[in-house]
Amino acid sequence: MLSLSRQSWLEILAEAWKVYPLEACGLLMAESARSGQSSSGQTGLDKPIKVFRPIHNAAQSSRIFQLDPMEYMKAERAADDAGLEVVGVMHSHTHTAAYPSPTDVAEATKPLVPPTWHWAIVSLAWGYPELRSFRVAEGQGDWSTRSGIAEERVWLNG
Amino acid sequence: MSEISVRLPTVLRPQANGQSSVNVTGSTVGEVVDGLVADYPDLESNLLDDGGAVRKFINIYLNDEDIRFLEKLETPVVQGDEVAILPAVAGG
Ligand SMILES: [Zn+2]
Repeated sequence: MLSLSRQSWLEILAEAWKVYPLEACGLLMAESARSGQSSSGQTGLDKPIKVFRPIHNAAQSSRIFQLDPMEYMKAERAADDAGLEVVGVMHSHTHTAAYPSPTDVAEATKPLVPPTWHWAIVSLAWGYPELRSFRVAEGQGDWSTRSGIAEERVWLNG
Repeated sequence: MSEISVRLPTVLRPQANGQSSVNVTGSTVGEVVDGLVADYPDLESNLLDDGGAVRKFINIYLNDEDIRFLEKLETPVVQGDEVAILPAVAGG
């Protein structure tokens, strides 16, 4: 489950529209497992998103995104300082549905993209926004077989 | 040889006992990477290809500068420097 505040949802949407017609991207951050404050019983995977941080799309494209590496590095540092950790990535689709594209699948199956990451996609293809989120299906390891793509529920928590 | 702080992003921490930064000795960025992999062997397949070269989708920074614009792995490091290692994150 991708649990986020209405404010984060609005920030995600605002970024997607701001960057349109290019693809927007950003990082989702939750309380760090090490900060020891997760008293509410959420499992590590379903911890609510505390911060959405827009990241410049270094590809400057309406078809692909690439997190600007410097901004990604600064975001990691800021997350550390705030007791947060990166738990997912968001990007927008300007021409297609909010479902992982073949490029998403190819990139998400590279080593180092953790299968536990939320892969949130906002589609602006039809003039109204749609936010959906995906994970690697349990036990599948990656998305290389497209059956490994599992959609998760998006939940606004306040 | 200097002791260099290597900052690891969230995605690399599981292979380094959960640490966000580790200290490694070396006199160049390449030596630091070698030392890192020696100390945390689980990082090796993430960072290096079968020939031992740094994978194309790994970015390495020295004090916020991409080492591709410095002297790459030959870039010298001194006490107090910070090396950061990050994967390229992309999609379509
Ligand atoms: Zn996509």
